[in-house]
Amino acid sequence: MGLSAKLGNLGVVTTTVETAVNWGRTGAMWPLLFGLACCAIEMMSTQASDYDLSRFGMELNRASPRQSDLMIVAGRLTRKMAPVVRQLYDQMADPKWVISMGDCASCGGVYNNYAIVQGVDEIIPVDVYVAGCPPRPEQLIHGILTLHEKIKGERISQWAS
Amino acid sequence: MAANPNELATKATWEGSVEQLRGLVSDRALSGETMLLNMGPHHPSTHGVLRLLLELDGEEIVTVLPDVGFLHTGIEKSIEDKSYEKGVPLTDRMDYLSPMSNNMAFCMAIEKLVELDVPERAQIIRVICLELSRIASHMVWLGTQALDMGAMSVFLYCFREREYVLRIFEMISGQRMMGSYFRPGGVWRDIPADFIPEVKRFIEYFPAKIDDYEALLVNNPIWKDRTFGVGVLEPDMALALGVTGPSLRGSGVNWDIRKAEPYSGYETYDFDVPLGEHGDVYDRFMCRLQELRESVKIIQQGLKRLTPKGEFRSNNRKYVFPPRSELGRSMEAVIHHFKLWTYGFDAPDEEVYVSVESPRGELGCYLHGTGGNKPRRVHFKTPSFMHIAAIPTLAEGHMIADLIAIIGSVDIVLGDCDR
Repeated sequence: MGLSAKLGNLGVVTTTVETAVNWGRTGAMWPLLFGLACCAIEMMSTQASDYDLSRFGMELNRASPRQSDLMIVAGRLTRKMAPVVRQLYDQMADPKWVISMGDCASCGGVYNNYAIVQGVDEIIPVDVYVAGCPPRPEQLIHGILTLHEKIKGERISQWAS
Repeated sequence: MAANPNELATKATWEGSVEQLRGLVSDRALSGETMLLNMGPHHPSTHGVLRLLLELDGEEIVTVLPDVGFLHTGIEKSIEDKSYEKGVPLTDRMDYLSPMSNNMAFCMAIEKLVELDVPERAQIIRVICLELSRIASHMVWLGTQALDMGAMSVFLYCFREREYVLRIFEMISGQRMMGSYFRPGGVWRDIPADFIPEVKRFIEYFPAKIDDYEALLVNNPIWKDRTFGVGVLEPDMALALGVTGPSLRGSGVNWDIRKAEPYSGYETYDFDVPLGEHGDVYDRFMCRLQELRESVKIIQQGLKRLTPKGEFRSNNRKYVFPPRSELGRSMEAVIHHFKLWTYGFDAPDEEVYVSVESPRGELGCYLHGTGGNKPRRVHFKTPSFMHIAAIPTLAEGHMIADLIAIIGSVDIVLGDCDR
């Protein structure tokens, strides 16, 4: 942020709309309370006492897609579940982001078989992929911070699209 | 590939008429007198991706229709295409709250099929890990059950203790959750030097924490109001529905595989099986809470017997690969190493069934060999599936808010149910 310290008492902050909005979006991102399989347990660990996701303003998981900005697809996506996930994604209000957590969500993982969709990116756009089976909480936090970096680089010209 | 997921994704989950539900719900639902409500598969309190179709008369539940399979992963089918040892990592991901129990069932089935011995020290390590796993699993159960019923702080405490166990698992297997630590004939590798002191520290630290949970919940009037007399499961009904584990023992039926059909030396450990009286949510809660203390007792006894160094895996080289140090010295070892890591081993064309007491209940593994290096059929008889089948019986006539308590109290994991 373009903080002009030369002003003496720090009374004025100059910035751009773009930066301010992006900063706001990363500061209090509400993830969708949504777990599929094993990774969801690690996602719960991330939110619990030891790793404490509220440090990043993200402790408030919303059960309703209408109130969430971020979908963390945590776990293996089956063919039976795929339409539900797509519907949840469609119900989320813009702006929205998706983190694909774990190998199964990212590419099918160890399950190359009839039941599993080979990567959640076959049905919804994904912003950040987190590898691991399941990823450690630190890895998920790293994924979230990567997403924050990505959001901070977004341009006004892209918002409309 | 039959269906393109993109096309699948545009279709609704169910495009039927209410007429299709005739016979499954009461006639009053078809005429519109009672309400049909869809709960899940995306719901914070269904402990995974379970869908329940509820028929409601006001706020009272008339019928519950569970719809499972949203997490069907084809694990059993996938194992059929792998050599025996390579099937172990897949079993981890069924009941993802206690991967060690799944490993145990599968490894025991293989050991029974090929008549492989397990050294006594490996059995002790297994027992300690299984009980740690039980504690970790019950921590998630207690945390989420309390969270569902509005007690957020219990969740935070429980996950603190769970992290402790997961750190121990990471120390021995390199992975927090899916360690695949048990292998046919023993365990993957020997315990590290820090293992015994760390587990000792844990069992000294943990009982005080159980006291904390009891202080928070056991005499808490809100907790009692929500759980007393809710979801009563009669002993006969529980047996008829195939309910096992703490959910069955909450109804007062003394059935624990560790006592009834001991495995891995459980018959030599001194521990009690906590029983309930009324079979309601509160009794099931108390059973699991007391099981935590029993687990600590078993771990204490295991640690006394465990020597820091010794055998951790069978020496039968037809089934168990040789240690790395032997490879440079023995041609036999090189041959065995190559054979076991590329082809695996043959198992006879016979069928076996074993069962273990997982934190949720009786976890059975049926294994049928082919004579070759891959199984013909693997099937897991999982407790969560039975428990979901019991939910309609438990929930009938209760308020919709009680359903949340009931789902939590039977302790289901959808990965365990759907495989």
